[in-house]
Amino acid sequence: MATVTTSAAQKRSIDANVLTRKQRSLWQDAWWRLRRNKAAMMGLGIIALAAFLAVFAPLIAPFDPTVQDTKVNNMDPFWVDSIYHNSRFPLGSDQLGRDILSRLIWSTRISLVVGLVPTLLVFTIGVTLGLLAGYLGGWIDNLLMRFTDIIYAFPDLLFVIIIMATLRNTWLGDIMGGLVLIFVALAVVNWVGLARLVRGQVLSLKEKEFVEAARATGVPTRRILIRHLFPNALAPVIVSLAFAIPGAMLAESVLSFIGIGIRPPTATWGVMINEGYTVFSQSPWPVLLPAICISLVMLAFTFLGDGLRDALDPRMKT
Amino acid sequence: MPELLEVKDLKTQFFTRDGVVRAVDGVSFQLAAGETLGIVGESGCGKSVTALSLMRLIPQPPGKIVEGSIMFDGQDILKMDDDDVRAIRGNNIAMIFQDPMTSLNPVLTISRQISEALELHLKMDKAEAKRRTIELLELVNIPSAKKRADDYPHQFSGGMRQRVMIAMALSCNPKLILADEPTTALDVTIQAQILDLLKNLAREFRTAFILITHDLGVVAGMTQRIHVMYGGQIVEKADTNELFANPKMPYTWGLLRSIPRLDESRKAKLLPIEGLPPDLIAPPPGCRFEPRCQYRREICGTTPPELKHIPNAKPDHEARCWGTQEGGWLVNTDWRRDVGSLEQLEAIKQEVADLPPEVKRIEASGEVPPPPSA
Repeated sequence: MATVTTSAAQKRSIDANVLTRKQRSLWQDAWWRLRRNKAAMMGLGIIALAAFLAVFAPLIAPFDPTVQDTKVNNMDPFWVDSIYHNSRFPLGSDQLGRDILSRLIWSTRISLVVGLVPTLLVFTIGVTLGLLAGYLGGWIDNLLMRFTDIIYAFPDLLFVIIIMATLRNTWLGDIMGGLVLIFVALAVVNWVGLARLVRGQVLSLKEKEFVEAARATGVPTRRILIRHLFPNALAPVIVSLAFAIPGAMLAESVLSFIGIGIRPPTATWGVMINEGYTVFSQSPWPVLLPAICISLVMLAFTFLGDGLRDALDPRMKT
Repeated sequence: MPELLEVKDLKTQFFTRDGVVRAVDGVSFQLAAGETLGIVGESGCGKSVTALSLMRLIPQPPGKIVEGSIMFDGQDILKMDDDDVRAIRGNNIAMIFQDPMTSLNPVLTISRQISEALELHLKMDKAEAKRRTIELLELVNIPSAKKRADDYPHQFSGGMRQRVMIAMALSCNPKLILADEPTTALDVTIQAQILDLLKNLAREFRTAFILITHDLGVVAGMTQRIHVMYGGQIVEKADTNELFANPKMPYTWGLLRSIPRLDESRKAKLLPIEGLPPDLIAPPPGCRFEPRCQYRREICGTTPPELKHIPNAKPDHEARCWGTQEGGWLVNTDWRRDVGSLEQLEAIKQEVADLPPEVKRIEASGEVPPPPSA
């Protein structure tokens, strides 16, 4: 007859083994893998820098980004060999005489907010609907998924443009210089992808035995969704959000560039490109500098997203 | 003695594209408080569906409990509303699943998973639940339970995870534990440990348990009574010693013959049960085992036998077989010597050989009847 008792000596050695081994959760594992990814860490560094600039913009920026001084307009950046220089504007000034450096710094603020807030909305809507549709199934699933299909069928940018163009002059478009409307428009368009992703995850997860075990323990449906299914579906969601943030930032720039995004006195990279475009024949820098900023931050998020995907993929476990 | 569990004429069916699968077809049994019962049968005979039906965990659709009653502690589980059933699950009836590798949530720590039932049913606060969790882990012999409580399932071996499952099942001190093939996924060396643990703890806490298995060897030392299932029905009921000493159903004989024995001579061959399990969409009209039975006679193919008391056996010994019931032709048959008609055996083998290959593949993959979600 097999016995399950262990001798005192055995117990001691087992204790010793446990003590020497470090405890690591799945997330700690993922962080450890992410840290070894140079590109992702570089991306994280750029994002951290951008976040720093955004938070402390009023302290860092030498000028108010909206103050005009037409006597010193169209100044070139300091490295350009021309006679139009002004030592107050290291990166030059635009056609209204505003400091480009200050405008770039303040734009970081808008860009990050536009990246984060709609993504947060997307996360809330997408995860909730995806979880419900996937787990409850039946007609609820059908209803929610047909609804997502309809929105999915619209070309994204066209849909956003329609929303922006029609609601821009209503009260909703006026709040915070059109910022809130952009949040809403981007969230409305982008939640579908995430909802589908989460639903797919849940469909495969809910067949797993641990969900049945949870039901057999008497765990209510809401708790199964939140505590058992959601954390298991989180990894692909995080990756998808890491790619959604630069998407939203780019969308804001595009909208501002074509003139239906943020209203002009506010500085955003898209607005700056839009305005710099008119003086492009004289100096490319008012366009190039914000474009470089957009590219850099987009690249940073893409690197981070790639890194997260590798780090959170269980098949890459080492 | 008042019964803890009384299942009457339970019928669970799955409504599939190909027709209605009668996965459990009129199962009745009782269980007293603290009693242990084994349910034995091959894959797809309705064991797991029976267990899931007891907790009302049949996925619906396609499944549905169409008839019967399940009286637990004086209440009919089938008539309760969802909240009441949920209050019973994990609290009064707990379940241990087959595969410990997949039945623990990979992203939650062991202690959070065990605490869940405690917080939910016994309304413990976090600290209290944690303390109790560590006690439970010690109870199931997890070394250095205090440190390991915060580990994740992937840091545990299969045997240890099944111990955790047992700890989870015991956490609310249930009156009944359903163990659905609890050792099938484990190494043979660990199986005995886990079974021992389960038996001892159930005895200590006076918990009744139902052990579901396809392995007669597993139930032998574990349970007081055994029910043998075949094709969605119980075909033989007896207490454990009686069943091994004096089995009264050709299907049980077949099961016993296909277990290797240490005390037999090496030359003795294992005799498998020929043929395929019945299609539960259109079961055989007579005895469900008739198509595979070497002892069959004409009546077996036409009229289904009932589960009845058997002559030459203990009073509570029942079997569903025309041959061994009162006046049958197998009443005095010694199953160890008489393996039945060899012509019939050949005929059964031939029938299987004649089946079109795709049918055999479907049946072998266990698609008919559909896997009961387990």
